[in-house]
Amino acid sequence: MRIDPAGVLLGGFGLAAGLALPLVTVAPNRLVSGQGVSLWAVGQRLGPQLEQVTGQDAWVADVSSTALALALVVTSLLMLSLIAFWRKAAMGPDGMTVALGVALIPALLLLAGRYALHISQNESTLSRTALGSGFWVMVLVVWLAVSNALQRLRAGWALGAGVRAVIAGCVLTALALGWCDQLSLMREFANHADTLGAAVLRHVQIVVLTLLPALCIGLPLGWMVNRSTRLRQWLLPPLNVIQTIPSIALFGLLMVPLAWAAQAWPGLAAMGVSGIGLAPAVVALTLYSLLPVVRGTQAGLAQVPGAVLDAARGMGMGSAQMFWHAQLPLAAPVILAGIRTATTQTVGLAAVAALVGAGGLGAIMFDGLFGSAQDLVLLGVLPIVGLAVLLDLGFEVLNRLAHVRTGGTV
Amino acid sequence: MIRFEHICKSYKGARVVDDLNLHIARGELLVLIGASGSGKSTILKMINRLEPHDSGRILFDGREIQSFKPRDLRLRMGYAIQSVGLFPHWTVARNIATVPNLLGWPAAKIGKRVDALLTLFELAPAQYRTRLPHQLSGGQQQRVGVARALAADPDVLLMDEPFGALDPVTRAALQQALKRIHRQSGKTIVLVTHDIDEALLLATRVVLIDQGRVVQQATPLDLLSRPANATVEEFVGRSDIGIKWLSLQSAVDRARAQPTSPGLTLAAQASLREAVSIMALHHVDRINVLDTSGQHAGVLYAADVFAPQGTPGG
Repeated sequence: MRIDPAGVLLGGFGLAAGLALPLVTVAPNRLVSGQGVSLWAVGQRLGPQLEQVTGQDAWVADVSSTALALALVVTSLLMLSLIAFWRKAAMGPDGMTVALGVALIPALLLLAGRYALHISQNESTLSRTALGSGFWVMVLVVWLAVSNALQRLRAGWALGAGVRAVIAGCVLTALALGWCDQLSLMREFANHADTLGAAVLRHVQIVVLTLLPALCIGLPLGWMVNRSTRLRQWLLPPLNVIQTIPSIALFGLLMVPLAWAAQAWPGLAAMGVSGIGLAPAVVALTLYSLLPVVRGTQAGLAQVPGAVLDAARGMGMGSAQMFWHAQLPLAAPVILAGIRTATTQTVGLAAVAALVGAGGLGAIMFDGLFGSAQDLVLLGVLPIVGLAVLLDLGFEVLNRLAHVRTGGTV
Repeated sequence: MIRFEHICKSYKGARVVDDLNLHIARGELLVLIGASGSGKSTILKMINRLEPHDSGRILFDGREIQSFKPRDLRLRMGYAIQSVGLFPHWTVARNIATVPNLLGWPAAKIGKRVDALLTLFELAPAQYRTRLPHQLSGGQQQRVGVARALAADPDVLLMDEPFGALDPVTRAALQQALKRIHRQSGKTIVLVTHDIDEALLLATRVVLIDQGRVVQQATPLDLLSRPANATVEEFVGRSDIGIKWLSLQSAVDRARAQPTSPGLTLAAQASLREAVSIMALHHVDRINVLDTSGQHAGVLYAADVFAPQGTPGG
């Protein structure tokens, strides 16, 4: 019997988190910090509801979903920890882990949501039920266990993405159906629903406005840097230095010259340029993005085999033909990796740009941070993470396409 | 076909090509041979203007090459290099079709040409057309590389150490293939190598280059029998120069027209080198020789092999 050490470790962690850490915390109101409630206590509290199933329709869906969630959580956690030892299962332990993971993450959320509903109905409506450390640790552990199992299964990229999409879909469905509306995170969401959409749009706007100039400048610059060693020696060190400046400092540094520029050229001011807001944010983020884009482009072009270019030139290809037929397609995967880094970095750093008044999801996050409202912080951070993951996924698809064209390992 | 007149080229103050005069006739398989840094590759690359020359004239087809656009010149000359340089993201067929595509040939004509070339290089078209370069062995890649150089039926084929990176068995097979193609097509081929055996095997004329100058140009046989100076002797390999000389001559030519004598018989088309080798191994002084059709052609005597030139016994 071969034991998967990662599986054992993750199962143990999951079980420990389920037993020792609070699944949710309950506070009497928004301002005070809450008391932790363990998975076990949640079960004890919700369990007796099962006996009340007496044909009253309103309760059936409610209670049965609670029961299902509870049963799933308890059995799954147990099985997840044991499964690493269980090598003779019909489905195989790794397939089983994936299946359980898909069920477990939505189930945990559902359980917390049901508990929040129970508290709000039986105690004060002011009381707040927030997701506790146990919830986050368990979700993380399950996610890692699923990833580990998928890897052991040598699942293709599409299957992996599919499994993750199913998990995300289940979670989003549960949220959309209102099953978790009484969780404090969802109550913050309800309170900020009108501003959240605008904040997401603004965040995307910052990212797009950053990447467009970064690509327009960075791609040609990378191409030039690849051709001239002198230029490389002159250009890359300053870009490296920029990367080391803390983002808040760079935003601050840019406020003065931009404010001055807007005053000196009224045309710029008319275009919306000023010392605060979008302008310093976009300028700073563009500067940060230049290094990965330039470096990626340069590295991509540099690793195109010299023999290919020699042969191409010797056969009578012109510079333009060599660029489009050989250099660009062969450099594409590395160039894409650079743009991918720049994008992920921009999505994250754009949150900090809220400090200079650029808005976006960072504004919600800082509201929460300064108001000690944890759930509001989460409300700002979770969409940022989602956005980063989504964009990364898009790049993965592009990357696959680029690699298919170069025939895998070049 | 190609004529170098007083060509000089310096690189960072050092002369790499020094007053070179050379005429390459149509249909020749001319081998430029020399040590590393002798300037042989530079000379080859001057022909299709990958390397500019400082002074002198190079004529191609009677016209100075400066009067051609580099692109037009290169499209008329096939080019194959040691590192092959196939496009890794293109299939074998598309790689071979590179120059025909640049010339704007119709698709049907290209397809036919690709298949014909794959067949010529003993790669089954149906099997290899759609492969990517990384799915081929080194020898197969170089076959495709040479096929690509020949694709648009160029006037001249320029080859820069094309078989240098291959194992001996694959190299020998490709050398034979090149010899066959040269015989069949009558193309002008200029090949650069540092391998004297390759030069002696392939060349109709060998040009030995040292420090950017022609040291000697001769047929392989003449190069061995009358090396111009010590440099040539050194390069050819002083100790076994005679052995190489034997390997270039056919045993039949030295045989006495006599009926079969008892003893060993040499395989058809064997060289004097093989004959001497077998006689030495079996301690005999004569051996039966067959002609190309496998009939008895005569008897080769060891004494005749070692007799003074121009007086073969018999």
